[in-house]
Amino acid sequence: MTDYFTVFGLPRKLGVDGEALQRRFYELSREHHPDFHQGAGAERQAEVLGQSALVNRAYRALREPLSRVEYLIALEEGREVREGATDKPKAPRELLEEMLEVQEALEEAKAEGLGGEAGARLREERRRLEERYAAEAASVVVRAPDWDRLVDEGGDRRPLLEWFKQRLATRAYLRTVIDDLSDALGEREDQHVSHRRH
Amino acid sequence: MSHIVGIDLGTTNSLVAHVEGGIPRVIPDAEGRALLPSIVAWTGNGVVVGEAARRQLARNAARTVYSVKRLMGRGYEDVKDELSRLPFDVTPQAEVVSIRIGDRAVTPPEVSAHVLRALKQRAEVHFGEPVEQAVITVPAYFNDAQRQATKDAGRIAGLEVLRIVNEPTAAALAYGLQKLSQGIIAVYDLGGGTFDISILRVKDGVFEVLATNGNTHLGGDDFDRAMVDWILADIRGRHHADLSGDAEALQEIRLGAEAAKCRLSFDERTVLTIPFEGFTYHRDIARADIEALVEPLVAATLGPCRQALADAALRADQVDEVVLVGGSTRMPLVQRRVEELFGRTPHSRMNPDEVVALGAAVQAQILAGGITDMLLLDVTPLSLGIETLGGIVSVLIARNTTIPTLAKEYFTTSVDGQTTVDMHVLQGERELSKDNRSLARFDLAGIDPMPGGMPKIEVTFLIDANGILQVQARELRTGKAASIEVKPTYGLTEDQVEQMVEDSFTYAEADVEARLLIETQTEADTVLNHVERALRQARDIVGAEELAAIETARTALRTARAGTDRDQIRELTTALNQVTAPLADRLMETAIKDAVTSKRADRLLENS
Repeated sequence: MTDYFTVFGLPRKLGVDGEALQRRFYELSREHHPDFHQGAGAERQAEVLGQSALVNRAYRALREPLSRVEYLIALEEGREVREGATDKPKAPRELLEEMLEVQEALEEAKAEGLGGEAGARLREERRRLEERYAAEAASVVVRAPDWDRLVDEGGDRRPLLEWFKQRLATRAYLRTVIDDLSDALGEREDQHVSHRRH
Repeated sequence: MSHIVGIDLGTTNSLVAHVEGGIPRVIPDAEGRALLPSIVAWTGNGVVVGEAARRQLARNAARTVYSVKRLMGRGYEDVKDELSRLPFDVTPQAEVVSIRIGDRAVTPPEVSAHVLRALKQRAEVHFGEPVEQAVITVPAYFNDAQRQATKDAGRIAGLEVLRIVNEPTAAALAYGLQKLSQGIIAVYDLGGGTFDISILRVKDGVFEVLATNGNTHLGGDDFDRAMVDWILADIRGRHHADLSGDAEALQEIRLGAEAAKCRLSFDERTVLTIPFEGFTYHRDIARADIEALVEPLVAATLGPCRQALADAALRADQVDEVVLVGGSTRMPLVQRRVEELFGRTPHSRMNPDEVVALGAAVQAQILAGGITDMLLLDVTPLSLGIETLGGIVSVLIARNTTIPTLAKEYFTTSVDGQTTVDMHVLQGERELSKDNRSLARFDLAGIDPMPGGMPKIEVTFLIDANGILQVQARELRTGKAASIEVKPTYGLTEDQVEQMVEDSFTYAEADVEARLLIETQTEADTVLNHVERALRQARDIVGAEELAAIETARTALRTARAGTDRDQIRELTTALNQVTAPLADRLMETAIKDAVTSKRADRLLENS
C-alpha cells in the first residue's frame, strides 16, 4: 500500500505544516488532475485518475492532526485504511463508571419521561460526555510531538502508539453513546453514520 | 479544433454556452433568446422543443413533458407522490420510470436528449460546423444514478459528455474566471426543481469545494405547486368550481401562478386573471400571500446550508461571500432568509439564469486546454458504502471527499467451492441500507473454486471526476481480474442506451432545417387557433374593417403554413399577431370587467 506521507514527500511524523501541505496538494493536483489530461490516451487517463485519487486520499488523511494520528496507527499496523470501522467500538473499561450512570439516567427517563428532571439529567450526562469526547482528541494532539521525538531519537514507539489507539477507541465509543443519548432525547435530526462525526 | 460546449440542462430552462476570446457567452437561438424551455411536446407535426412545446402545455397536456429532470435516475417509489400532479402518464415501473406518449414509452434520458439535441443544433448553427462534445451540469446533490442518466441523455443526443460538473461549482468557476471572487464562497443555488449549497475555498486559481449539500426535489416547481393548490381552493370558494381534475385548466393555473410569482419578485402586488369556460378567475395577490405559502419550502433549504457549513468545519461568519444562483433566488423572501443565515447580504452580480451555463463553458475550455491556470477540486455529495451483515451500511467513501477518489475492499467466500460473490453498493447517509439509495448490485464471478474463506478478492471503488462510480475487482491469490456484472438499480443498461442512440438516428429529423420548420409551423398553428377562439368569443366587438384585416392575415398565414418557407411563415405569424393585438387587449378588458361585475356585492364590500 502506498504510504500517504511519501506521496507528499514527508517523513512519517505527526508535525505537519498545514499551509505547506495545502500548497503541495494543489501542486500535485495540477500535475495529476484528469482535467489536464483530457487529450491523453485511455491508458494514460486511467493512470492519472489513479494518481489523482491517491493524492486526494492522502491529503484527506493528513490534513487534520487527528486524522493524521488515525492514519499513522493504521500505517504502523500495516492495515488498509478505511474511512469507517464496520464494528461498533467496544466499551473501554475506564468508562465503566460513566456508562453505569448513563444507564441509570436512561432508565429514569424511560420511567418518568423526558420532560422533567430525568430529561435534564440526560442532557447533563451528554454534556459531560461531549466534554470528555473533545478532551480525548485534544490529549492525542498534544502528545503528537512525543511521537516525532521518538522517531528522531530512535526510541520504542509502540507504547505511545498503543496509547493513541486507546484514546481514539475511547473517543469513538463516546461518540456512539452521545448519539444514543441524542436519539433518546429525540434530538437527532438525521441519522448520520456516527463515525463521520469528528 | 472542434468546439466543446457547456450545457446547463435545467429543470425549467436549458442553455448552451462557449468561451469566445476568453469570455464565456451564452449562444442564443435565431430569435436571440438565451433560454430554451426544457419542454418537449409530441405533436401531430412531430417532436417540438422549447418555446413551441411550451405553447402545447395546456392544449396537448398529456403529450407535453416538462420538468423531466425531476424524474432523471429515479425509480417509481421516489416519484409516485408527485405523479398525480403531472399531466402526462408515467408508467409505474420499479426501476426506470417511463412516460407514455401515445403508443411509445419514453424514458427521462430520452426526453432530456431532445432538449440537448436542440441545444446542440443551436450551437451548430452558431459555429457553422458539427458539435460533438459537451460539458453538462447537474445539481451537486445528484446521486450516481441521476448523473449517469444525464450522461446517457447526452449520448442519446449524439454528444460525447466529457464531464459532468456540479451546478454551484460551475457558477463559482464563472465568477472566478472574472476574478470576482476570492476566499470562502458559499453558492446558494435554488433552481426550478433542485436546491444545492456548496462551500468553496477560492485561492490563486484553485477552486476547492469544501462541502456540498442539498435537496434534488426542492425548487421553484414546488413553489408553483403550493400556489396552484391555493388558487384551486380559492376558485372552489369563489366560483364553486373544482378544476383539480381538469388537466388543461391546471396547466393554465400553473402557468399563471408561475408568471405571478415572477412578477411578485419585483412588485408588491399583482393581478392574476385566467379565463375559464363559463367564468373568469380574477385575483389580486400580494407578495405577502405567496411568501406565507412558500415559507416552509424556503426554510427547508436552511438545514442543508447548516450541514454544509458544519461539514466544512466553518461558522457562518467565516464565509466571505454568498452568491445566489438559479431563478428562484430572485424571490425577496429567499434573499432575506439567506442573509439571516449567513449574516451577510448575498449577491448575484452575474445573471442567475445564465451563470451555470457560463461556468460549464469555462470547464469545457479547461478540458480543451484553453485555460490552464484554473484548477477545480470538487467533492462527492453523498457517502458511498456497501451492505454488510444485518443490512448495515459500511461506508467506504465519506461524503464531501475530494474526487477523483478510491477505496479498496476485500471480499472472500463463505462456503467451499463458491465461485461468485455478490455485493450491494449504496449511496446515502443513513445507517441501514434500506434507508439509502441502492446504486447497483454486483456479481463477482469466475472465482476459482477454493475452500471457503480462501479467496481474497480486492474490489476497487473509484469515483471519477464526474462523481460517477467505477468498480474493478481482482482475485489476489491468482492475480486474475474477476468479472463484474453490474445491475444498476435505477438506470439504463449499456444495451438500452445503445438501442436509444440507434433509435435517435431513426426517429430524429435528420437536419436542423426540418426541425426548425416544424417549430415554426407549430407556432403558426398556435396563433391561428388563438385567433379562431378569440373571434368566436368576440364577434360583436370587432369592427368590419378590423375583421377584414384579420381575415386577410389569417388566410395569408394559412397558405404559407402549408408550404415550407420558414421565414415567410414566421413573418406572417408576427403579422397576424400584430393585427389581432388590439382585439386581444379588448377581450382581456371585457373578461376583467365581467369578473368584477359578476362578483357578489357583499364580497366586493368585504374586499374593499
